[in-house]
Amino acid sequence: MIGEISPGLILIVGALFVPLFKGQIRSAFLLLLPILAFLHLLGLPHGELGQIQFLGLDLVTLRVDKLSLLFGYIFLIAVFLGVIYALHVNDTIQHVAALIYAGSAIGAVFAGDLMTLFVYWEGTTIASVFLIWASRTEKAYAAGLRYLVVQVFSGVLLLAGALLMQRETGSIAFGSMRLESAATWLIFIAFGFKCAFPLLHNWLQDSYPEATVTGTVMLSAFTTKLAVYALARGFAGTELLIPIGTVMTAFPIFYAVIENDLRRVLSYSLNNQLGFMVVGIGIGTELAINGAAAHAFCHIIYKALLFMSMGAVLYRVGTVKGSELGGLYKSMPWTASFCVVGAASISAFPLFSGFISKSLIMSAAMDGGYFWTWVVLLFASAGVFHHSGIKIPYFAFFGHDSGKRCAEALPNMLIAMAIAAALCIGLGVYPKPLYDILPYAVDYVPYTFEHVVTQLQLLIFSALAFAVLMRTGLYPPELRSTNLDSDWLYRRAGYSAATALGRFSAALWQSFTQSAASATSRLLAGLRDHHGLDSALARAWPTGNMALWMTVMLAAYLMLSIF
Amino acid sequence: MASKKRKPRKTTPRRARYWLDDPRNVDRLVYGLYAVCAVLIVLDFFMERHSPFAIEHLFGFYGIFGFVACVGLVLAAKELRKAIMRPEKYYDR
Repeated sequence: MIGEISPGLILIVGALFVPLFKGQIRSAFLLLLPILAFLHLLGLPHGELGQIQFLGLDLVTLRVDKLSLLFGYIFLIAVFLGVIYALHVNDTIQHVAALIYAGSAIGAVFAGDLMTLFVYWEGTTIASVFLIWASRTEKAYAAGLRYLVVQVFSGVLLLAGALLMQRETGSIAFGSMRLESAATWLIFIAFGFKCAFPLLHNWLQDSYPEATVTGTVMLSAFTTKLAVYALARGFAGTELLIPIGTVMTAFPIFYAVIENDLRRVLSYSLNNQLGFMVVGIGIGTELAINGAAAHAFCHIIYKALLFMSMGAVLYRVGTVKGSELGGLYKSMPWTASFCVVGAASISAFPLFSGFISKSLIMSAAMDGGYFWTWVVLLFASAGVFHHSGIKIPYFAFFGHDSGKRCAEALPNMLIAMAIAAALCIGLGVYPKPLYDILPYAVDYVPYTFEHVVTQLQLLIFSALAFAVLMRTGLYPPELRSTNLDSDWLYRRAGYSAATALGRFSAALWQSFTQSAASATSRLLAGLRDHHGLDSALARAWPTGNMALWMTVMLAAYLMLSIF
Repeated sequence: MASKKRKPRKTTPRRARYWLDDPRNVDRLVYGLYAVCAVLIVLDFFMERHSPFAIEHLFGFYGIFGFVACVGLVLAAKELRKAIMRPEKYYDR
């Protein structure tokens, strides 16, 4: 039985002991946990393990197969990188929250039933919000609350779907589903929130840039990729995902171009990258699912690397606003170089990791004959290079020299970035180890002459477009601003509606209490008039009156009996 | 684009000159970019195409698409600013 515990639990239980240690022992302990979990993972046999009965439900707490293993591996790599990057942090809460968060995400990946999934799903929510609140600013607090509301709502939908499923089918097994009942729709939308589907997306761009320097690196890895895993597990081949994913790849890049906060730019491009995976899951062929899984794997590493580099800038300079930065390569040459590696990877340059994973999805779209999807994905690929590949390094490290001079990033940050950069290049140059662990057998050669040249043409001409726009002054400058997105609906419209409703109901209540008070006083006055001292009903009546009325009634009776 | 310079950190004097500080070198970089573009277009002649989509078989399709897509993206985003851009403190009531 002990061999059947989820690797996620190792991190979660381990996290509880973190506060007991200090200094270097704590650092060693933090690093040891993901390594232990990884070794445990390597020793696990395939199959449905850790089966327990709970409240009459059959739970499968540890399902090990190729898909869950792939996400297990990459999540543990991400924890390891995130822990190294955060070793300098003294804030115990952040370490504990990060480990519980990552552990929950890993637990969720190995969940074989919807109840177990739900428990870990909520675990990721509750633990991760502390990484946002740990910034300890008012903005972060508010963003964290909004994040929490959306995430908990997603969990509630998942629970409702699971319970409905239990009633309909008698089983809560988490397997392939079809969108044909209320239960599966609820689960689908729950996944959609966490995966940042269009219009359900804005919690991501709202909260991630407010988290701590190290917290955002952790956040970028788990929540959304857990949702990608869940979609791949539950809804592979669901056609609806293709248009959803296609829209996801395209619309965030417009925002990314004009956004000033560079960590928010990365959040928009994170959203766009998820779109590629969602399209892959929607196409649902073996090649496409392999592509989605491989892209999630590579994406976690290069996205973490990019967030690390921007985190290092935030840590040293105190801001990541494009309008304030520039020329930092002079102060932070190593960080700048690692950032460029991450940028090349997300842009899918040949010999970098994004190239060998995104190609699978593009080829799957091509093979399936999804022409317009393919066109949009191609547009999004050029756009990614433009805003993540060029804009991020250009405005932070090159471009106009802001005159800001600072120290290079901390050694532990540089080590984490170096490992991530090495993985990006390693996977790009030699993709076989990744291809070997994909869910289906891979028969794909990314490096063909045609493929390399066309991809380079796409990217280099995009760079040409940037250069031309820059030199002609057409490129929009970075401006300090807020760009409205769907969060406007609840932060402004919803807020105004709620306050208006509040004012209206207050006015309604006031007029109700006022009219009630005046009605009561009128009633009291009436009572006083009729029953008070000297009022008509309180007067003593003479007996003559009585005799008179008796006569009247007798007369009436007489009249009635005559007719 | 990454600089290969290894100059002192922390207290870099304002006067320190880097390779990229010279506008002529920036020009050289851009000319280099033009040259790479030209080479990539020439490579188009030597490429066998396998795509099922006819549009992809047009000469220089990827280059033209990349350039047009990016210019379109940036100009569209610039217009988008008119509709959605607000002051930085918009939400801070």
